Amino acid sequence: MIAARGLSKSFGGKPVLAHLDLVCPTAKTTVLLGPSGCGKSTLLRLFMGLLWPDAGEIVVDGTVLTQGNVWALRRQMGYVTQDGGLFPHLTVGDNLLVAARYFGIEAAAVERIGPFFAMTKLPLELLRRFPCELSGGQRQRVSLIRALILEPSMILLDEPMGALDPMIRRELQTDLQAVFHAVNKTVVLVTHDVSEAAFLGDQIVMLNAGRLVQEGSFESLVRSPKEACVSEFLAAQRSRGWPNDRPMKGDLHEQ
Amino acid sequence: MSNKWHIALKLQMLLLTALLSSSSAAANVTSAQQNSVATGAKPLIVASKNFTEAVILGELMTQLLNTEGQPAVHKEGLGGTPMLWKALLAGDIDVFGDYTGTIIGETLASLHLAPGVDLAAVLAPYGVGVSKPLGFNNTYVVGMRADRAAALGIRTISDLAKHPELPLGFCSEFVDRSDGWPMLRDRYGLPQTNVVGMEHEITYRALTSGDIAATNLYSTDAEIKAYHIVGLEDDKHLFARYDAIYLYRLDALARAPHLRQALDMLAGRIDEAAMVRMNAEVKLDHVSEAKVAAKFLQSIGIKPDVFTAEGSRYQQMLTRLGVDTKRHLALVFLPLALNILVGVPLGICAARWRRLGRVLLGTVGMAQTIPSLALLVLLIPLLGVGFLPALAGLFIYGLLPIMKNTCLGLETVPKDLRESADALGLSAMARLRVLELPLASPMILAGIKITAIINVGTATIGAIIGAGGYGETILAGVRHDDTTLLLLGAVPAALLAVLIQVAFAPIERWLIPFGLRLSQGQQVRARGEALSGGKSSLHLAVQG
Repeated sequence: MIAARGLSKSFGGKPVLAHLDLVCPTAKTTVLLGPSGCGKSTLLRLFMGLLWPDAGEIVVDGTVLTQGNVWALRRQMGYVTQDGGLFPHLTVGDNLLVAARYFGIEAAAVERIGPFFAMTKLPLELLRRFPCELSGGQRQRVSLIRALILEPSMILLDEPMGALDPMIRRELQTDLQAVFHAVNKTVVLVTHDVSEAAFLGDQIVMLNAGRLVQEGSFESLVRSPKEACVSEFLAAQRSRGWPNDRPMKGDLHEQ
Repeated sequence: MSNKWHIALKLQMLLLTALLSSSSAAANVTSAQQNSVATGAKPLIVASKNFTEAVILGELMTQLLNTEGQPAVHKEGLGGTPMLWKALLAGDIDVFGDYTGTIIGETLASLHLAPGVDLAAVLAPYGVGVSKPLGFNNTYVVGMRADRAAALGIRTISDLAKHPELPLGFCSEFVDRSDGWPMLRDRYGLPQTNVVGMEHEITYRALTSGDIAATNLYSTDAEIKAYHIVGLEDDKHLFARYDAIYLYRLDALARAPHLRQALDMLAGRIDEAAMVRMNAEVKLDHVSEAKVAAKFLQSIGIKPDVFTAEGSRYQQMLTRLGVDTKRHLALVFLPLALNILVGVPLGICAARWRRLGRVLLGTVGMAQTIPSLALLVLLIPLLGVGFLPALAGLFIYGLLPIMKNTCLGLETVPKDLRESADALGLSAMARLRVLELPLASPMILAGIKITAIINVGTATIGAIIGAGGYGETILAGVRHDDTTLLLLGAVPAALLAVLIQVAFAPIERWLIPFGLRLSQGQQVRARGEALSGGKSSLHLAVQG
């Protein structure tokens, strides 16, 4: 479980998050949804201890995150960024093992590569390739495996599909869902894509202008939006020109 | 809090003690050196300025000392007057040839000494002695073609006033200087109006062709002999005297008993004609200074027993090239190695702590703006002359490119990659090693390459302070007006710069990670290059 208590953060006097309270429950997928600049990526980086809050605290599995324990707590958290954050000068294999070698758990990590590659449908010969030789979808899968290989209890993903084209994105969403179920870990995923949130999220947290507007299932957000901005945000991503009586596959899925 | 202050104070005391003890250790070394000199273990160091006549004077004294049984070495062509003066005061050299006018008008100009001053008394407080005059006065003279002067009956400058029709030509500087032509004209009442300024080299030709009747020159110029020029007597003593003398350290007299004897042996023995002849042999006939000096010593009844440099010119050049190359390589790569050892860590610090970085880069950048010659001269009181100060100077010059490029290279590592490394739990040191340094490696290498190439050029200047290398041959070539010798120094230096440029291509291939070059779209050869010697554990994974 990872939680925020009374969290505030501002950049150069401009508040990005204000008095935010949030709990991301264990073994569930929490999606942070909201427009660009709503503070969702900042929240994720606060969770990772890559940034420090102006007020409030982060609690990871009952422990308050501090400068003193951040290195230890980070080992429980895996992090995947929008473009994967793979090191360009290392092969896929070295990228996967770079942290494991540092922690002295290379042998165990090597054991895990095969199953993860199978789970994410990646061919093993990619291990010798360099990141620039991979497709965008492959890069994100490798990045996810790099996080999972250290066996964290939580995975935090910052718009992992933001840079992908729609077909590949849909494919990756399906694979991610399978992986999340298989590994049974606490997942926090940031996106501004409503259908992605609906498809992957057990719990959806709607953020707007640094404020938590509403949280709950996707259904509850659609049925009883607490504020106008919720329904506006959801409506804005419904395709124009699509027949009204034929919802998109995956959109408002199987109500 | 007070505890902290206490520790800081202790540290300062420690530092101070270390400094003091190291300086007293240095003093011990110096006195030890002096002792060894007193026992005759260390040779006297004769130095010379960077022009033919000075080198001949240096060579004369060196050969004479060695002949008299006092070991001496000659550091030839070391540079200008201020440099030799400083080196003499610092005890790095013991003797060098100079001129009375230079001491009064340049070295000790701030004392405003009168022309006839007792230099020995003035110099004694500096611990410096002055020899008796050698016999020639190298000053401005007005010269005429010998045959023309004889035909017109002109012997002194005053005689020149009787011939207002004569066209005169002086070097441009002499025409303009208030103590040049204007003073000459006023003091001697010269009536000539047909006066032109021209390049110094051209005045000799104009004189020979008869376009001008008289010109200014130095009384021991080699050309005086070649062009059959006669100097007119300065009968009103207008020009300051530049009597040739030797300056020496007074303490050297005690260390080397033969020094006084040698100084006395040359006193009054070299007149203008002899000096002109020796200058001409070196400059116009391309005979080495050593041979010319030996010949002169023989002519005054001293048989130098040290001069044996024989062998063909080709062999000599080959030997010279070998010695130069070895020394020049040391001058390029030793400072470079130090620069890498110091510059890369400083660059890392500069990138890590921005404010400190600005201070560091600013300081090193400022050192870079000191002209190289000035920097070398500044280093003489600290490190003496020779290889060591050149090494230090090159080190100071080469620091900025490596440090700056390391800092820039690290700063260009994308922020999201650094965050990824942090998120993976890598420590700052591990992040540096695994991610940042490899990504910055192209920039760092570029900085190292710049420094290496700068060193090749700057090292040639080191010859001025006696560091050796190709610069020494270049300087000798300039001094002797010997193009072959000049090229023997200049061409290998240029080749070395090109060679370094070429050699860096494989070094870059070897050091810059393959994947980085691949991702930057550089042309890379067979992919196998990166995969040889792959991680064994990965093969396990692939098989497993």
